[in-house]
Amino acid sequence: MSEINSLQLIRDRRLVADEWEVVQSDGVSSAPTDAAAGLSLLPLSIWLERRSELLAEKAAAGIRIGVWLAPTDEPSLLAKDLAMLDLIAVHFPKFADGRGYSTASLLRLRYGYTGELRAFGDVGRDQLFYLARVGFDSFLISEGRDAAAALCSFDDFSEVYQSATDQSLPLFRRRAA
Amino acid sequence: MYRYDRHDHAIVQARVAQFRDQSARHQRGELSDDEFRPLRLQNGLYIQRHAPMLRVAIPYGMLSSTQMRRLAHITRTYDRGYGHFTTRQNLQINWPTLESAPDILAELAEVEMHAIQTSGNCIRNITTDHFAGMAADEIADPRPWAEILRQWSTFHPEFAYLPRKFKIAVSGTKQDRAAILVHDIGLQLVINESGETGFTVFVGGGLGRTPLIGKKIRDFLPWQHLLTYCEAILRVYNRLGRRDNLYKARIKILVKALGSEEFGRQVENEWAHLKDSPTTLTEAEVTRVATQFSAPDYAALPTMDAAHNSKLAEDKAFARWVQRNVHTHRIAGYTAVTLSLKTPGLPPGDATDAQMDAVADLADTYSFGEIRVSHEQNLVLADVRQSDLYALWQAARVIRMASPTIGLLTDMIVCPGGDFCSLANAKSLPIAAAIQARFDELDYLHDIGDLSLNISGCMNSCGHHHLAGIGILGVDKNGAEWYQITIGGRQGIAAHIGDVIGKSFAAQDVPDVIEKLIATYIAERLEAEPFADTVQRIGLQPFRDRAYSKSTHKAELEAESV
Repeated sequence: MSEINSLQLIRDRRLVADEWEVVQSDGVSSAPTDAAAGLSLLPLSIWLERRSELLAEKAAAGIRIGVWLAPTDEPSLLAKDLAMLDLIAVHFPKFADGRGYSTASLLRLRYGYTGELRAFGDVGRDQLFYLARVGFDSFLISEGRDAAAALCSFDDFSEVYQSATDQSLPLFRRRAA
Repeated sequence: MYRYDRHDHAIVQARVAQFRDQSARHQRGELSDDEFRPLRLQNGLYIQRHAPMLRVAIPYGMLSSTQMRRLAHITRTYDRGYGHFTTRQNLQINWPTLESAPDILAELAEVEMHAIQTSGNCIRNITTDHFAGMAADEIADPRPWAEILRQWSTFHPEFAYLPRKFKIAVSGTKQDRAAILVHDIGLQLVINESGETGFTVFVGGGLGRTPLIGKKIRDFLPWQHLLTYCEAILRVYNRLGRRDNLYKARIKILVKALGSEEFGRQVENEWAHLKDSPTTLTEAEVTRVATQFSAPDYAALPTMDAAHNSKLAEDKAFARWVQRNVHTHRIAGYTAVTLSLKTPGLPPGDATDAQMDAVADLADTYSFGEIRVSHEQNLVLADVRQSDLYALWQAARVIRMASPTIGLLTDMIVCPGGDFCSLANAKSLPIAAAIQARFDELDYLHDIGDLSLNISGCMNSCGHHHLAGIGILGVDKNGAEWYQITIGGRQGIAAHIGDVIGKSFAAQDVPDVIEKLIATYIAERLEAEPFADTVQRIGLQPFRDRAYSKSTHKAELEAESV
């Protein structure tokens, strides 16, 4: 397999190398196959525990901080630190578990997070359109799925009815215009 | 009725292309069965007992004659020449091939139809009253709101992977003919003291294995906030609804666990953030949609047509049909007509391609080219001149859709059951046929009067058996098919879940038991007392005693023949 084909991360609609290593809630790291630099993507529990220490390190040494949320994690717990975070990732244990879509909507529209928002776990091509609509801009396509082929699904629909992170006005307000 | 503009067309056509690609990838083995399942379900495609089943959406039960002809064409071309109308006002076809599904969706898109979200754990078809727009008791027309909700729920990105399916119904009357109290969200149109239109909001109703009546969480929601409020309900449910157990995943379980007050409080908290967002409805949008449901060009007609009256006097069969199948209209000289899909000997709710084509023609001739599907699985022509009733009746007889039994015992709601459905524990169609055959005396049926009898082939309760005067539920006992009976259920705003009378019965005993329950009712009822009221007044015991008495119908017959 060539280098480019092994990339599983889509960011801003392009395949890129992944720099983050997911740290589990019990502290064990599981490095993604194409992890390069090994930045630590922390579970919410560890972030909450080490928050002040990590923020101090960021201020002193400019470290990059990433936090991931499980479907049951409350995104409001990150609300006051959003500007300090370089990455928020939302875990999808199964693609049919749709809680992460609400998590993303809240992070973007209620708490105003503007940084990288990543979906990871059981993430595939047929979920990308909805994931992008609620505000994900980074997608770690699960192993064994063709990430390059998935890129075209962002354009599945040219028109949508609802307002969401990607479209501030519902169709009925744009229709009227 | 609502016509698509270029945006609606673009969205539905994009869906056809998307599903064609997904099907092709599945066939090439690039999408596993597990990955493909939710995708095909959200396009209404099930894998059933014999073949795939495709459920076509009929938003709020309204069809143009053009759409009805297309449905006839689809059943003829891709299926076996018939379809099954469901309690959620949709149409199911039972024998399409998996490969033909994209072509069927393309045929539907051409006539502004689709199968979007007719299954899967997402927001399903929005249903309403089949007499919407013409009923004398209507507070406001529910159809524009149902269409607005259809658009909002179509491909809502946040709510495509809910814990479980989600059903919304809208009623424009106090009495409620849309079963709103057994929906995940039930919306009742109301006008407040200041003359403003709004909704009373109910949540957490549903049938299935845990039947529950919806709870009111808001008395008056001003119309502008319809979508943001629904968004708040859905978000609370999406985040908190159980996902660990399929049978406990509906919103009703969450509402029950939290209590409706606490659930309502959480919704209001969530809504405080969403209220007045751009999703707040505008006068312009409501007018744009409502205009498309404006009244047809009614003629000024006398209240009573003399020729009609004399036909009523001359022809007893016609008079009987008028009594049961013709309904009062708010416009003088007009009526609504129910074309029965419960003709004895034919599966309840089924229509053939020829019947669909014929109904389309009748709609063009007599009812402004529109047809409605009722949740009781019949078809309705909603704007028929009184003076046309006789001709319409004769035409309906030719196509075997003139059974004069609407609202009577044999006007049963019946799911497809074990003959078709892979979820079913037992067959429902042979039970329905046996009851139809037993109660084939029209005089007796009319004498019994209004009485609903519904049959579900399993706990999923697609046949709404809980809400019937007499409900029959197919159960599995060590691999054999048995039938549990409930009595005293009602639909409407006083919806009530029927009570189980006792141990279940073998299939061959069901008609006898029904006969005994009815005999008890006839013996005990007060003047004009509905069945459910009699059950409520005298309790289960008299019915139980009779139903489980030894003298079965069969034994009586044998005794006679000796």
